[in-house]
Amino acid sequence: MMDGDIRVNTYDDGTTDALTGEQKIRNFNINFGPQHPAAHGVLRLVLELDGEIVERCDPHIGLLHRGTEKLMESRTYLQNLPYFDRLDYVAPMNQEHAWCLAIERLTNTPVPRRAQLIRVLYSEIGRILSHLLNVTTQAMDVGALTPPLWGFEEREKLMIFYERACGARLHAAYFRPGGVHQDLPDQLVEDIDTWAQAFPAVLDDIDGLLTENRIFKQRNADIGVVTEEEIQEWGFSGVMVRGSGLAWDLRRSQPYECYDEFEFQVPVGKNGDCYDRYLVRMEEMRQSTHIIRQACEKLRQEGGGDIMARGKMTPPTRHAMKTDMESLIHHFKLYTEGFHVPEGEVYACVEAPKGEFGVYLVADGTNRPYRAKLRAPGYLHLQAMDHICKGHQLADVSAIIGTMDVVFGEIDR
Amino acid sequence: MSDALEELGTHLDLKRNDCVLGWEVSHGELNVTVALSNLVGFVDFLKTDANCLFNSLIDITAVDYPARAKRFDVVYHFLSMYQNHRIRLRVQVREDDMVPSIIGVHPSANWFEREVFDMFGILFSGHPDLRRILTDYGFRGHPLRKDFPTTGYTEVRYDEVQKRVVYEPVSLVQEYRQFDFMSPWEGADYILPGDDKAKEEAKG
Repeated sequence: MMDGDIRVNTYDDGTTDALTGEQKIRNFNINFGPQHPAAHGVLRLVLELDGEIVERCDPHIGLLHRGTEKLMESRTYLQNLPYFDRLDYVAPMNQEHAWCLAIERLTNTPVPRRAQLIRVLYSEIGRILSHLLNVTTQAMDVGALTPPLWGFEEREKLMIFYERACGARLHAAYFRPGGVHQDLPDQLVEDIDTWAQAFPAVLDDIDGLLTENRIFKQRNADIGVVTEEEIQEWGFSGVMVRGSGLAWDLRRSQPYECYDEFEFQVPVGKNGDCYDRYLVRMEEMRQSTHIIRQACEKLRQEGGGDIMARGKMTPPTRHAMKTDMESLIHHFKLYTEGFHVPEGEVYACVEAPKGEFGVYLVADGTNRPYRAKLRAPGYLHLQAMDHICKGHQLADVSAIIGTMDVVFGEIDR
Repeated sequence: MSDALEELGTHLDLKRNDCVLGWEVSHGELNVTVALSNLVGFVDFLKTDANCLFNSLIDITAVDYPARAKRFDVVYHFLSMYQNHRIRLRVQVREDDMVPSIIGVHPSANWFEREVFDMFGILFSGHPDLRRILTDYGFRGHPLRKDFPTTGYTEVRYDEVQKRVVYEPVSLVQEYRQFDFMSPWEGADYILPGDDKAKEEAKG
């Protein structure tokens, strides 16, 4: 017996199909994921369908829950840093940045100029990494196959820049409280600059594939419209806000690091639908490339300099450690006991590629955080799934998840 | 920035003296301690008052202080995109207290309150759907309480014989290692044998 697919048809003269009382009509529940390729990881959506229309959408999350916040309470501040790479694993350094900012604000540590520039440079590389993955795989969710292949080629190049700076392609642990771990070689800055000059052409290629593509537009335009009120109600941030025409960017409105000296535009959408969010991401990649070029220029002009605030929070130089007893003791104590952070609480946030990523840190004066809460932008975005998806077609669900840019590393923590 | 926050704090204290138990500005952030019973009204005031306009809920979380009589701090973060400022509310809660849900004011509180319930076992009155969210289906206990062991109580594996996932009490091959790296020079006040005598001699 077929059930759930027999609808009541209404005809022009107002009559409807006669019911014999034999048919039984009920809504259909399906599981979307956790192993659906368009679920972007381990999302399980329980969808209640009326024909092909989504009536209710209940996301079940937590399949990637690793208890990061609990683990952090028993580790030192420095040992906790690599956990941040594993939150939003698409743009690892942006998360580390929030953690470093939180510790630096509690301890009042000034970050050297060169380290600030390097941080900005790598945060923007992270933003491009994330947007490239999102734009291209979202296109794949709605049927385009070529963009991911082109986008991943560029991602590969960026991963190599990650590797050349810190030795790891993904889990960088490069930003440290008080600076960055290693200085960048001059050649690397040159290579990043060369890449940034060539990248807009690749963006134009992807633009040519997607922006005016008929199918892509049909699948995205007027889908998942978010209004300004909904932004406030559901606590959206990042592209979900800018796609709806609100020029809100933490880099601009609450500047951290040295973002206030960089010149960049904040792109905004008009309609707040999936298509506008796509356009905003494309333009943000162009702006990030612009920032990268400025950062490279500044790094080149201002030349060398220290990349860490020297003090009890950061290790001594290798040479000092090998020749000086005090430095050796300091090195040993730093990597066993770790540094102590004065009592207090602080909320530090950054404009991560996906929105506002924040850390609420409660320190009790010991070498471990008393409590650290990670505020992931995707958590709030996914929460609104039910609200946004209601009344859309089943096929639109994957387009909406795509432009919400959810990554389960950060949502499930 | 700090002056504006001071001003805002004074404004809140004057306008809603019944709700505000105390406020301070630290590390460039405004902290307000709120009475549990007036929470919803205060959050609504923050959202609508023209000087505040805290429209976006950023985060709800809790902190566990097992030694205190009012064991938990429930912490709310709000942001105003229009006024460009932030605020943190703190509510002290006993273990058996019910916290009023703020879903009526901020629908986005839904999952945050579920998470706080899941992780700390704090109940929210008026929440439409207070299920666990991050932990496993059928999980027991509240992991972020300080008395919950980091290793947990159960472990999961796939059983070849029964052809399904089974839960077993956690068995550690070695004791969970919790190092105490605190420096003996700064940490405990060790009294070496003979030290007390030396003091007495110095006095005498």
